[in-house]
Amino acid sequence: MMKNKYVWLLAAFAALVVLLAVGLNLNPREIPSPLVGKPAPAFELPRLGSTDQRFGPKDMQGQVWMLNVWSSWCVSCRQEHPLLVELGKRRVVPIVGLNYKEVRGDGGIDTSKMPLEQENALARERAAAWLKSHGDPYTLSVLDLDGRVGIDYGVYGVPETYVIDKAGVIRYKQIGPITPEVVEQKLLPLIAELNK
Amino acid sequence: MKALSCTRLLAALVLALACQLGLAEEARPLADDPVAEKRLQAISAELRCLVCQNETIAGSNADLAKDLRREIRGMIQAGQSDQQIIDFMVTRYGDFVLYRPPFKSVTLLLWVGPLLFLVVGIAALQLYMRRRARLLQDSRPLSEAEARQAEALLAEGSNDTQGKGTAP
Repeated sequence: MMKNKYVWLLAAFAALVVLLAVGLNLNPREIPSPLVGKPAPAFELPRLGSTDQRFGPKDMQGQVWMLNVWSSWCVSCRQEHPLLVELGKRRVVPIVGLNYKEVRGDGGIDTSKMPLEQENALARERAAAWLKSHGDPYTLSVLDLDGRVGIDYGVYGVPETYVIDKAGVIRYKQIGPITPEVVEQKLLPLIAELNK
Repeated sequence: MKALSCTRLLAALVLALACQLGLAEEARPLADDPVAEKRLQAISAELRCLVCQNETIAGSNADLAKDLRREIRGMIQAGQSDQQIIDFMVTRYGDFVLYRPPFKSVTLLLWVGPLLFLVVGIAALQLYMRRRARLLQDSRPLSEAEARQAEALLAEGSNDTQGKGTAP
């Protein structure tokens, strides 16, 4: 009787330890995106490095592509960037860069009184300089100055990466920096499968 | 002494008033339309900020929360209903954005979990109480006959030891 009771207590304790261990190993920032399986939200944004050209997801219709949200002020972007550069060199998938709130997102700059023209010029300058020093893996990059397109894509922590299929449907979303494991185990197999 | 306490009281009052004014200043809505601002407050208090996950969009100072408040304000001005605005958020960030998530299969454990704990707790308590009642029943006071029997046994025992002691 007594022994039985201790076995129960031990089992309950073990269950609690397992529960907490699982809980502690989950990343609370990783929230399943409702956008996976849905069409990529439409947008049209000016391209970096060209003043009159614009880009939208419809331009990629019929292709499997990746959309990577980045910014020069984003520290984790620096962490994943070499992987993107590597992936870009392999030419397995076109990567489009969505430059998210380049100027407004930088806590060090007060943009409340900055004219839009000036913000635009500053954003282009900063983004281009960053790509020059860290490498440019992107087929092209677009500027989302106010982060509105970011909101449509449910961006809440840069960097984020989306894999979009030929029909324009989001098939995968990576929140936070990509890792070599993510590239090898998720991105590349998925892209290969979608390209079949 | 009395004058001093009076000035102290006055100072405290002034301070309290200043605090009130300060707070009022901070919370002053940005938009001119108080009705729209009230709606913005009500809606954004129901939504979780995804950057600081324990804050509402109304209460968070994160950049994303500011952007989303601006977005909601725009939608209110565009004449959208509360439900439309909530749906806008859910399509982008999922049910997680809601402080009161809907009842469905994924959120079943979330809603039923506390009830489950209550049921398990009550069952455990009842089991314990029953066992305890049984134990108490077993240790009820002795009946008169039993008491006499026990006394006799005890007396016998003490006689025995006494007997042993006096034995030659």
